[in-house]
Amino acid sequence: MNVLGLFVPGRSVLHRLPAGAKLLGLLALVTVLVVLDDHRAGLVATPAAALACLAAYPASGLGLRRPLRLLLPLLPFLAVIALFQTLTGDPRAAFRVCLLLVAAVLAAGLVTFTTRVSAMLDLFERLARPLAPLGVRPDRVALVLALTVRSVPMVAAAWQESRDACAARGLPAWPHLTVVPVIVGMIRTAEAMGEAMTARGVD
Amino acid sequence: MIELRDVSHAYGDRPVLRGISLDLTEHRIGIIGANGSGKSSLARTLNGLVVPDSGTVRVDGRDTRRDPRAARRRVGFVFSDASTQILMPTVAEDVALGLRRAGLTADETRTRVDAVLDRHGLLDHRDHPAHLLSGGQKQMLALASVLVTKPDVLVCDEPTTLLDMHNARVIERTLRSLPQRLVLLTHQLDMLQGFDRVLVMDGGRVVFDGAPDEATAHYTALMDARAASMEPSNQGERA
Ligand SMILES: Nc1ncnc2c1ncn2[C@@H]1O[C@H](COP(=O)(O)OP(=O)(O)O)[C@@H](O)[C@H]1O
Ligand SMILES: [Mg+2]
Repeated sequence: MNVLGLFVPGRSVLHRLPAGAKLLGLLALVTVLVVLDDHRAGLVATPAAALACLAAYPASGLGLRRPLRLLLPLLPFLAVIALFQTLTGDPRAAFRVCLLLVAAVLAAGLVTFTTRVSAMLDLFERLARPLAPLGVRPDRVALVLALTVRSVPMVAAAWQESRDACAARGLPAWPHLTVVPVIVGMIRTAEAMGEAMTARGVD
Repeated sequence: MIELRDVSHAYGDRPVLRGISLDLTEHRIGIIGANGSGKSSLARTLNGLVVPDSGTVRVDGRDTRRDPRAARRRVGFVFSDASTQILMPTVAEDVALGLRRAGLTADETRTRVDAVLDRHGLLDHRDHPAHLLSGGQKQMLALASVLVTKPDVLVCDEPTTLLDMHNARVIERTLRSLPQRLVLLTHQLDMLQGFDRVLVMDGGRVVFDGAPDEATAHYTALMDARAASMEPSNQGERA
């Protein structure tokens, strides 16, 4: 449960690239791999991309544990896909599709590990700017996104607290016991955060 | 200077502030009183978070009813629960949030954020997820995030209530070292030593206004009398 701990400070090339460039690069890479997937070139390009993405981790000071931890939850899906494709008589497709997924996940991980949430938010703020004439306030969009990201660990903590409270009284964490306190807690928290935003002049 | 004139406020039909008039000019002012006596409500009027039902609050001559933003720029506010004040994912981002509208360049913002983080012992944590800080560090971050905007006055509503003694002391020392004027709401009476003025609140009124020692003596006597009246032997008399 460390959604926000994803950014890893560093000074690598990837760290210094602007967020927009990285997101565009990610989009381009995945698009190219998907397009090539039908061609023979894909048989070379996809494994090469996956390897390159993997190599980029240690090269960016991210080590090898992070990419492996990213890929671990993917393994069961890869196994199912590989099995299915092999059974339908296309082991080559199994190879390509699995490596394509690996490359995409590794590339997305590279972007998240090397990009600050605030850089991402600035990007969204800029992207939302053309909507300003429609009454959308770009700074609000960015703030709402930031607060959403910020709320994830708070909701998780509220759940944990509620489960602990059940456990302390020898009860299992039945949903009907935990839902109400969690929601009440979140509303309280939301009110307090709203007040803090007003006090800090960011409302 | 903050001026309150005949300030009254109610939530629904429950009065929480009753006709309060004050000129707050001293460097360090403490506010004490039992839970529910109206301390937080009074504090919230000082920066326009609460606009009173009647009466006026002026910050440097500006009415908080007409211009609450001006009041908020001058009066920073720190709450008890740091976790609800931290609005951004990482430490430096949270401090920078208050500067978003200041029209600074990215470099200027960074310089100012780092200076504040350094002053409050958080520079090593600048890129850490804010929710993983310790309770004391979170409160320090909340304080830093307010101080970076350079308010003239800092209002702190029980800033150490949720902290252990060590962290409470650290926050207390920090508050004492600030050049800003300070309005401190607290139950930790020893924090008020050396303050210029302490207000005691009870039932929405300021019932004592004076030096710290006399104020805490007054408050202690008031609470002792009230606790005594709650003892079983006195219940019959009350009813
Ligand atoms: N937003 C609110 N809505 C309704 N009642 C409130 C609200 N805030 C405070 N109160 C009530 O007002 C009274 C004074 O509260 P408060 O100013 O927080 O006192 P203190 O900070 O001294 O504990 C309490 O009885 C409290 O329950
Ligand atoms: Mg209070």
